[in-house]
Amino acid sequence: MKAFLILEDGTVFEGTSIGAAKEVISEIVFNTSMTGYLEVLTDPSYAGQAVCMTYPLIGNYGICYEDQESLKPWPDGYIVRELSRLPSNFRSEDTIQHFLEIHDIPGIAGIDTRALTQILREKGTMNGMITTDENYNIEEILPKLKAYTTGKVVEKVTCKEKYVLPGDGPKVALMDFGAKRNIARSLNQRDCQVTVYPAWTTAEEILSDRPDGIMLSNGPGDPKECSEIIKEIKKLYDSDVPIFAICLGHQLMALATGADTHKMKYGHRGGNHPVKDLMGNNRVYISSQNHGYVVDMEKLDPEVAVPAFVNVNDGTNEGLSYVGKNIFTVQFHPEACPGPQDSSYLFDRFMDMMGGNQ
Amino acid sequence: MPKNPDIKKVLVIGSGPIVIGQAAEFDYAGTQACRSLKEEGIEVVLLNSNPATIMTDKDIADKVYIEPLTVEVVEQLILKEKPDSVLPTLGGQAGLNLAMELEDRGFLREHNVRLIGTTSETIKKAEDRLEFKKTMEKIGEPIAASLVVENVEDGIAFTNTIGYPVVLRPAYTLGGSGGGIAHNEEELVEILQNGLRLSRVGQVLVERCIAGWKEIEYEVMRDSNGNCITVCNMENIDPVGVHTGDSIVVAPSQTLGDKEYQMLRTSALNIISELNITGGCNVQYALHPESFEYCVIEVNPRVSRSSALASKATGYPIAKVAAKIALGYTLDEIPNAITKKTYASFEPMLDYCVVKMPRLPFDKFIGAKRTLTTQMKATGEVMSICTNFEGALMKAIRSLEQHVDSLMSYDFSHLGREELLDELRTVDDMRIWRIAEAIRQGISYEEIHDITKIDIWFIDKIAILVEMEQALKTQELSEDLLREAKRLEFPDYIIADLTGKTEEEVKKMRLEAGIVAAYKMVDTCAAEFEAHTPYYYSVYGGVNEAKATSGRKKVLVLGSGPIRIGQGIEFDFCSVHCTWAFSKEGYETIIINNNPETVSTDFDIADKLYFEPLTPEDVENIVNIEKPDGAVVQFGGQTAIKLTEALIKMGVKILGTSAENVDAAEDRELFDGILEQCGIPRPKGDTVYTAEEAKEVANRLGYPVLVRPSYVLGGQGMQIAINDEDVEQYIGIINRIAQDHPILVDKYLVGKEIEVDAVCDGEDILIPGIMEHIERAGIHSGDSISVYPAQTISQKAKDTIEDYTEKLARALHVVGMINIQFIVCDDEVFVIEVNPRSSRTVPYISKVTGIPIVPLATKVILGYKIKDLGYTPGLQPEAKHFAIKMPVFSFEKIRGADISLGPEMKSTGECLGVAETFNEALYKAFLGAGINLPRYKNMIITVKDEDKPEIVDIARRFSAIGYRIFATRSTAKYLNEHGVKAVRTNKIEQPSPNLMDLILGHEIDLVIDTPSQGVEHAKDGFLIRRNAIETGVNVLTALDTAKALITSLEDTDLHNLTLIDIAKI
Repeated sequence: MKAFLILEDGTVFEGTSIGAAKEVISEIVFNTSMTGYLEVLTDPSYAGQAVCMTYPLIGNYGICYEDQESLKPWPDGYIVRELSRLPSNFRSEDTIQHFLEIHDIPGIAGIDTRALTQILREKGTMNGMITTDENYNIEEILPKLKAYTTGKVVEKVTCKEKYVLPGDGPKVALMDFGAKRNIARSLNQRDCQVTVYPAWTTAEEILSDRPDGIMLSNGPGDPKECSEIIKEIKKLYDSDVPIFAICLGHQLMALATGADTHKMKYGHRGGNHPVKDLMGNNRVYISSQNHGYVVDMEKLDPEVAVPAFVNVNDGTNEGLSYVGKNIFTVQFHPEACPGPQDSSYLFDRFMDMMGGNQ
Repeated sequence: MPKNPDIKKVLVIGSGPIVIGQAAEFDYAGTQACRSLKEEGIEVVLLNSNPATIMTDKDIADKVYIEPLTVEVVEQLILKEKPDSVLPTLGGQAGLNLAMELEDRGFLREHNVRLIGTTSETIKKAEDRLEFKKTMEKIGEPIAASLVVENVEDGIAFTNTIGYPVVLRPAYTLGGSGGGIAHNEEELVEILQNGLRLSRVGQVLVERCIAGWKEIEYEVMRDSNGNCITVCNMENIDPVGVHTGDSIVVAPSQTLGDKEYQMLRTSALNIISELNITGGCNVQYALHPESFEYCVIEVNPRVSRSSALASKATGYPIAKVAAKIALGYTLDEIPNAITKKTYASFEPMLDYCVVKMPRLPFDKFIGAKRTLTTQMKATGEVMSICTNFEGALMKAIRSLEQHVDSLMSYDFSHLGREELLDELRTVDDMRIWRIAEAIRQGISYEEIHDITKIDIWFIDKIAILVEMEQALKTQELSEDLLREAKRLEFPDYIIADLTGKTEEEVKKMRLEAGIVAAYKMVDTCAAEFEAHTPYYYSVYGGVNEAKATSGRKKVLVLGSGPIRIGQGIEFDFCSVHCTWAFSKEGYETIIINNNPETVSTDFDIADKLYFEPLTPEDVENIVNIEKPDGAVVQFGGQTAIKLTEALIKMGVKILGTSAENVDAAEDRELFDGILEQCGIPRPKGDTVYTAEEAKEVANRLGYPVLVRPSYVLGGQGMQIAINDEDVEQYIGIINRIAQDHPILVDKYLVGKEIEVDAVCDGEDILIPGIMEHIERAGIHSGDSISVYPAQTISQKAKDTIEDYTEKLARALHVVGMINIQFIVCDDEVFVIEVNPRSSRTVPYISKVTGIPIVPLATKVILGYKIKDLGYTPGLQPEAKHFAIKMPVFSFEKIRGADISLGPEMKSTGECLGVAETFNEALYKAFLGAGINLPRYKNMIITVKDEDKPEIVDIARRFSAIGYRIFATRSTAKYLNEHGVKAVRTNKIEQPSPNLMDLILGHEIDLVIDTPSQGVEHAKDGFLIRRNAIETGVNVLTALDTAKALITSLEDTDLHNLTLIDIAKI
């Protein structure tokens, strides 16, 4: 079946329908990772977006369910050049075609994903529609595309109730704004007991559980949509509990302490972004990234927070260290999955912040 | 960390002659590194014995020494040039080994010279098997159970504990020389003995066999601050068991999930960090196909063949970055030249699929075993890029120029199911064709996988191609089907063949439907950033990014494709210099080539690079976009010449000598007419099409005769025949290779073989110098030792050669290059071959005469006259020094190949000896080729009867410098009768001690064995030569070569070699 990807700027790509044959409007973003399509699909930070994979051959090793970063895939749509007709991997349990179908995710294959990427790079992230309706009316569609906003997506992806992942070490409160599984797993592997809280949990409730450390997770959408959460985070900031934050968590902490964020032209999504550790040895690490918003470096109050990591490519902020506080946040993903594991040492740094693993 | 200010003058060591396992990739790496160093204001002293390289140009380094790569030479050079640093990591294993020896001797410390780019500790940890094992154990990286042994007994004992089969890997050898898989004790003993002999340190690793696992490689970079990145990973389609150089390789990996990918990536970073490498490094893994178990196979602590491939596959210039790191820079300080926005401290992301295929030399070594093992056999490789795997594979196949263009090129349809299943076990260069046939015959993926261990993902891709063949054969050619066939990169003429249409019809239908190739950019970042480097590949289905530029005049330079015997790195040298010359004249330059090992495919050589197959259709697609003002074909070897006709049809102007005149040189009748008109004699001969005609001509001329196909390079299919039986056999062989063109039968003349390269502007000629071959006519010019200036011919002959060259160049209206081969018999000069194009000897003669022929020829093509270029037309004055080009062979790598020399070219590379005396030049040339004598002062002589009178003097001279001579019965008798003491030895089939025992005793310096002319029926001589070569003994099969060797040994003192900076010539 034919499918069409219609962009806000009027560009139309014609391809083949994959997954669910339904129509969807979403924000179109691209990811440059060459492996880890399942991790990308199941990363809750993609809620409210349709993802285009720049690597052209997707689905080669099938679906290995244990690699899911959450219970289900989150993107509104999926855009690829080619889906492998025969997956091959000893762990593969399913095909990506079937996976998209059972999760009712529409998609389009067979389009020039590089051309799409170039449009997004030049004009910036924009909204688009995936449809199988050959008689689409572009005049009617474009205003709809322009009107679309991602909205409050955190509440869609956060867990509904708090739960505990047992461990013998420090007690970590993980605020789930759409957390990837490997954050909790990385802490668990370091013997932490991880209590996962829904995004709307109050600071009081978390602090009353007397955690040794608080972990603010990644998550989807514009951080400024999370005004309620930001208020709670300010309270966590004021407590003396060590805090480590990733991605959306990092942005929320910045907003909670008076800094500002803005939307990037087309974001950072992939597994090859170099970040320089300004606090340690000035070393550069290759990081896994997925963000469309960034903390403003200019508006940072150096008495509150100083840059801890910087992106070597474009000089944007990649991490903050809070002055006089046991708080440390990063824009990228030390939990990897997909992508390089180079910065997993940051979990060890968090362990140290919590007094180590006695 | 910025540049270390103490580094001001750096000695860069190159990799020496091209041999299997160490080829053009090191010229690419070395050239890029030298340019990168010079960019930083560093004075570069270059040492490399290979004159065919671009790195040995005076444009590339400040001081250039084309000298043998021995420790003594490097020491002498360091004393002479006083560099403060040595950079050894760009010269392959040869460079690294030299650095190790210098360090071991304490020479560097003593003279305050630092090793940059690596440390000797790093080299030891990575290269010494025991150290490597210890290091890997320390950081918990798994390696296959193994033991380093120094004798056969320990090898047997260890294997008995881990079980057969085992893999054997000698330490410190290149291309896996002497390695192999042993399935039983007999094989173990054989391979082990050989490996111990070939290893520089007498060590062989005996290892658990992990054949059949996935073979995965990572290219990693690290700087002195500990920053590290992976440039890319690669997956070998052929599982562990086939050398990666002989495997079909895909980048990035296709069948690895993120978990496996990151597991191995993390491991590679841990390894490079533990080894403390500053620069590039290659890590090879075996990954169990059904678990996360893996083993580290090997680490190369230097730039390698794989890194050249990775550079071209991603656009990340590994050698350039490695050189900058060696100077002290860190990755985040080195800008990415492609995006100009990012830095070297990032990882390339591909949005396409790359396939590399090896170019194997079995067309040259017809009798050789085609089996692929852990010992590399490929002489070169091709790379292709496409957005889908099938398309990339199809492009790679047709880039090979090996008479293959699809999965139908080798026909196995005559095999029944059982036979086919059995043949699938054969691991050779035709394996994917057998798999395709298996799919056609309905053999299941699982069965194919069980036998071949090739991942079913790749098998399915082959099946997709087979299904397309079937669809084209059985279905009406609809627009959709055509579109899909083109997406899979089926050439028009194959679609035409399968659908029963003509190529024109298919093309017309395609153009009407708007199915045209689009070009995409290799940009390191999957389009995330804007790229500034026009490095393109084609794809069907997508938006075209290649924009035809206008303004400047535009020239298309056609490259020479994969490195093969007969068409080597020399043609890349010519293509690159031609490109540079056009650039200097204000032209926009466009290169098309498909060889990832070369300088020409570096993204900053031409204004635009198209990484594409060199076939008419692929070239036409580019022409349609770029609309060049002209194309140059005379520098890209036969590959480019073959495209002439097609280019003319496309309406592209051929710059330089016209196509009709190229034809005139190759067409026997036309050429005979020209010779007659000029009054130039040639050996008598005739053109034939059948064996019967050939025999008739041969008998008319009288044997021996030379039989060869027209339109060939490197003497492919050329043989000397001494009787009717030979003629029949050769015609058979020739017809297997090339059918379209007639066969030439010529009288074989014994005389001095002379070669000339000249530039002609249509009127005047410029001959830089006359080269004379040491071996008499009958041995291919590429395999002969070549001497400049010519030594033994008279002034009269030289004048005649100049005269004939001028006449021929004029008669053929040559504008640009011409190469002529002559035979001189008693002052009489015969022409044997004329090639109106650049030749193999061009880089050599340019360097030793200091006359930049390629730029001159390019200017002439653009309309300059020789007189305007500052040269007096004619033969240039002879230089004061002597320069001798020595062929270098890779016989030890090709099991079963006959090493005896003849009209068919067999050498893979060359080295140069330059000196003020003839003998020293000769000595240097032999030394550069690895013939470092004397050692044990024992030699074996066994010659055919005709050669017996001539061998006496040679034997006497060897005897005089202290050689003990062993000889078989008749040779020994003859020598003893003529007063030269020779010890009689039994032939191979006779009881021990016989010749074989002597050879395997590892104390023989040299074997002189002249095979009887014609087809080698005597298995004895063949066995002697093979065994000698495989145990590392020097073998000479021509008396002239032996004479030259003894001459060089008689009066040269290694410690008094004078080193010559050829940049000053």
